[in-house]
Order: sequence, then C-alpha cells, then structure tokens
Amino acid sequence: MSDVVLQVRNLQVNYATPRGPVKAVNDVSFDLRKGEILGLVGESGSGKTTMGMALVGLIRSPGRVVGGEILLNGRNLAGLSEDAYKKVRLAEIALIPQGAMNSLNPVTRIREQILDGLRDHGVILTRAEAEQHLQSLLERVGLRGEVANMYAHELSGGMKQRVAMAIAISMKPKIIIADEPTSALDVVVQKRVIETLQDVQAELGASIILVGHDMGLMAQTVDRLGVMYAGRLAEIGDIGKTLVDPKHPYTRLLIESLPSATEKKPLRGIPGLAPQLLNLPSGCAFHPRCPHAFERCTLETPHLIEAAPHRWAACHLLEVSN
Amino acid sequence: MTPLLEFRNVSKIFGGGLFDKKRTIALENFSMSLHEDPPLITAVVGESGSGKTTLARLLLGLETPTQGEVLYRGRNIHTMNGSERRQFLHDVQFVFQDPYGVYNPFYKVDHVLTKPIAKFKLASSRQEARKLIENVLETVGLRAEETLGRYPHQMSGGQRQRVMVARALLLKPKLIIADEPVSMVDASLRATILGNLQELNEKFGISIIYITHDLATGFQISHNMIVLYHGAVSEAGAVARVVKAPQHPYTQLLMNSIPLAVPERMWHRDTTTSSPTKPAADFQGCKFADRCPQVMDVCRTQQPPLYQTEEHRVVSCYLYQGNAPTLDSAGLEKVFITQPGG
Repeated sequence: MSDVVLQVRNLQVNYATPRGPVKAVNDVSFDLRKGEILGLVGESGSGKTTMGMALVGLIRSPGRVVGGEILLNGRNLAGLSEDAYKKVRLAEIALIPQGAMNSLNPVTRIREQILDGLRDHGVILTRAEAEQHLQSLLERVGLRGEVANMYAHELSGGMKQRVAMAIAISMKPKIIIADEPTSALDVVVQKRVIETLQDVQAELGASIILVGHDMGLMAQTVDRLGVMYAGRLAEIGDIGKTLVDPKHPYTRLLIESLPSATEKKPLRGIPGLAPQLLNLPSGCAFHPRCPHAFERCTLETPHLIEAAPHRWAACHLLEVSN
Repeated sequence: MTPLLEFRNVSKIFGGGLFDKKRTIALENFSMSLHEDPPLITAVVGESGSGKTTLARLLLGLETPTQGEVLYRGRNIHTMNGSERRQFLHDVQFVFQDPYGVYNPFYKVDHVLTKPIAKFKLASSRQEARKLIENVLETVGLRAEETLGRYPHQMSGGQRQRVMVARALLLKPKLIIADEPVSMVDASLRATILGNLQELNEKFGISIIYITHDLATGFQISHNMIVLYHGAVSEAGAVARVVKAPQHPYTQLLMNSIPLAVPERMWHRDTTTSSPTKPAADFQGCKFADRCPQVMDVCRTQQPPLYQTEEHRVVSCYLYQGNAPTLDSAGLEKVFITQPGG
C-alpha cells in the first residue's frame, strides 16, 4: 500500500529490572497512513509513551527494543545504530516530547535551540537564511518573531509547547509524534495548540501520532484511534466508529468513564486497578477488570482480529459473537 | 444564620504599590458565602491566572487578603485564637492537585492517616485507630490490606489521591476544599475519585468547594458554579444553567473549548481563542474585553456589574445591561440553589 508511511510490526520493548524484564510494549503492530492523525490512548503504564520513544529511537537503557520492525518507507529503523538514527530523527520522524515545556534549555535563547537541531543535521545556512527560516517556523506555530530572542522562562506554557513544535517541524519531517502535547495546558490554550498542530500538518502533509489519555481530545482531533492496555494494542480503528461502537470492553469502559458536559449521569470509573507490568495477569491482561471475562480470557492472550472493516480489536468475545 | 464560610469583599494583590507595573490582582472584591445546611458542592472554575488557586490559598490561611476578610463560622480565619484555629483545621480539609508531591517518600502511606488521628486524638487505642482507617479507606473504595504498609511510590496516582480523600474524611470535616483533585490522575480513574467526593457530600453531609479548570467535571458533581476570569466573577449560579446555557462570552469560550468525546466534530475555529493576556493593574474595564468577540466601547472603560439574568444566575457582562437587575457583588449566594435537587 502506497499510502502507508510507517509500518510497525510486532514491536517489543522491554525494560530490564532486577525482577525480570518488563514488557512495556508487547507485540504491537499498526500502520500509519500518509496525512492522518493517529491517536494512541491508554492509562499510565500502558506503554504509549514508550511506544512513541521507540519510534524515534530514543529508548535508553535499561530499556531496549528487543523485537519487531519499524518500517519507514520500507526501511527498518529498529536495528539502526544511534549514529544512523540521528540522521532520521528530526529530518524524517520528529518527537514533541511529553512535558515539552520542560524540555527546553533554560539558559539558551530559543533561536539557538531551534538552530541547534539543524546544525546537528549538517544543514548549513547563512545568517540571513537562518533568520528567515526561524521567522517562518515561529510564524507557522503562531508565535511572534521576537520569541527567538527570548529564554524559556519568559514564555507561557502554551508558547513553550509551540516552540517545541517549531523545533519538531524545523526539518519538515513526514512523521510527527506528539506525546501529550497539551496535558498541562488550559482548555482554551489546548484547543489552540491542537489547531496549530493541525495547520502544520496540513502544510507539511505530515502524519501525526498523538499520544494521550484524553478521549475527548482524541474524539475532536484524530482520524483513527489505537487503545493500548498493558503494553498491547487492545483496539485500533476509525475514531467515529470506535466512539459509537467500541469493540473492546476496555475501550467501552474508557468511553463510559468520561464525565460529560452535556448530561448528568452517575460517575463510573473502570473497576479494579491498572495491572503491574512485572506481574501481568494470565491470558488477556484486562480480564480481572473485564465485566465480560470468561474462562478462555484467563488462559489465552487474544490477538488483534478484524472486528469490522478496517477495525481491529484483541478480544475473545469477538470470536464468540462471530 | 452564620454561614459556614464567607468571603467578604476579599481582594488579593501581589506585587508592589499602586503604580507598580508588576502588580497583579489575583482576586478582586470577591464575596461569597456557603451555608452548612444543606451541604452542597460549589465549583470554582477558571484557567491559570483566574485566581482560583489564590482563593484556595486564602482559605488555607497561606495568604492573607490585601482587603476584606475570610470568615469561618463568623470568625476571621487570620485572627482566630488557638482553639478556634484548631477547630478550623479540623473542620476544613484539603485535597491537593498533586498526589505525588504531598507524600513524604520516606514514610509509608499509613503516616498521613495515623498523624491526624494522633493530632486530633480521634482514637483511644490502636485497634480503634485501625478501625477508623479501615472504614475511611473502604469508603473511597480501597482495601486496607492492599493499601497500608506500602510506600507512596508503590501506589498509582489514583490510589494516592484516594488516600488523600480518605484522610480528609477521617476528620469528619464540615468542608473539603479540593483543588484540581483529578487533573493529574488518569482519565479512567477520574470518575472514581469524583464519585468519592460526591459520596462524601451526599452520605456524610460535607460541603465541598471544587476548584477546577474543567467545566465538564464541575458540571457532573457540583450544584453551583462560579466562573472566575483574572480574579473577577464572570458568571455564577446553578450549575445546570451556567454549563448548559452559558451567557458570558468567556464561559461560552470555555464550553466551546472542551473536547467532547462524541463522534461529531464540535471544535470550530473561532477568533476568541487568542491567548489570555494579563490586563494592566490599573485597567478599569471588563478583564475579558481584549478577547471578547462581542466587545463594546463601554467594556473597556468600566468593569461590568453582576446582572441577575435569571433566578439562579448572575453574569458580569454589559450584553445583559437593561434586561436584568444588577446584583451587589456580596449577593452572589442569592442566586445559588440551596437544595441539592433544586
């Protein structure tokens, strides 16, 4: 398929601990299409951040990508050396890290931080070219040109988030991974930052993976949604259809637990606790919390099956009902 | 009847003198009172810089008002004597935003539960103390055997926050002030913690001030709502009215910015979403004027009074001038509903 820019196949990321390896990302496969926004949701510890870090080759010891492939236009990134990955990162696939506002250097001007990445990739610009590029980047993310001369502490949270975005798009990557880009922002600012991200995407024709835990944000932003649970992909498919008719019980509970702003209803959380990755339940990791669990769920790990056209879910119930 | 809690024309100004450019008005001439009976949940909603955290800190006694008074049962909380203060600290409990920062990592979580028991002599024996702790943990849906004896790092953010709610409940307070209790907790656990707070209100008759930036959760659990913008009330009243049919352009902006988890795309591009700018300290007009899509000349010259547009709502906006009577800023609670079902 020509419209697929990134194929992730059976990706496995482990963290080594004294008590054995923790499978933070466990056998995850999905495609990212050209120009789409793919959402990845999950609770803390579901592996969504590790997933994003793995795609840009930033898994550091004690973590390690132990298996699977990350195919960017057919080229496997999973086995690349750090030096080779450096050339890919930012230029082809860029990350807006979680808490991007804290990722800025407090003692360097914004200008230097944006140009740093370019220099590192051997982009040689004259002073005038650099200035022009800076201004157009800042303008693109909705910042005034003066910001280039400022320090991080002079900027608000939303502005810092935009600077991180400007750095991420400085080399016009085809894939942007945004890890909770708005989690510390007010709702109004959040909306603007997301709109900027969408504008940037439209201009670059890039694909975005939006990592987060806010289902509402996903509903309003992404084209397709992947739901992660305990390192695995529980469900992936079109966002609209997923919201109306979720195929995995976890997705359903996640949607039902959202406080609505339009009607008052009893507040219902997901019963039970998030699993400990070191000591995962047998079979389907969600079975202790699942209202529909049956015997097979405790024994056998479900794999993604096509539950509806282009919609995939990993749940034994789907096979029962089919 | 003396209100349980009262803000009487409270202003809090940070920074230097009248002409200091850095002067920030965090809260301006704010009045509100809460009655003990029936116990209700009041949401205070606003963005960063709205003054909602200053409000909480004033309540805690961590800040002293520049003007006005904060009264608990008719007594100024800043000039209370020892025994009154002790009673206040017993009756008013807090749940903070950050369930990670409130714990001392060297102590087991038991510490936050046993300490208040010892401090306020709530139990006469260890068994009795244990029983108390087990009861409150159970109320928030935690099992004592799975919670006690663990260190904070061994628990999730949601669990830690529930322990904080349990700790608040331990003292059987009259009032709980919850400052963004779920903003750092996973979405799937938010509902559980908010449900806990609601239960404390309904079953134990505890009044709650719920401070948040999230209109949706405020709508779900509270009875009345106050929307703050740069230290001033922009809209207040019965939550069902304020959230379902917001009248102030700022409340409308907040409502339109909530990402709803519905298949329809509700987010529309609009022009109001420009960044909040801090109005100059000597600015006399409506603080929302520079972002308001419906701004008029009068908005930039004089701050609008509170217009009572409905029985259970006030709006501080000139759009309602002439169509609604004005209400003195001290009369905020007159529009609040006084019965949970009201």
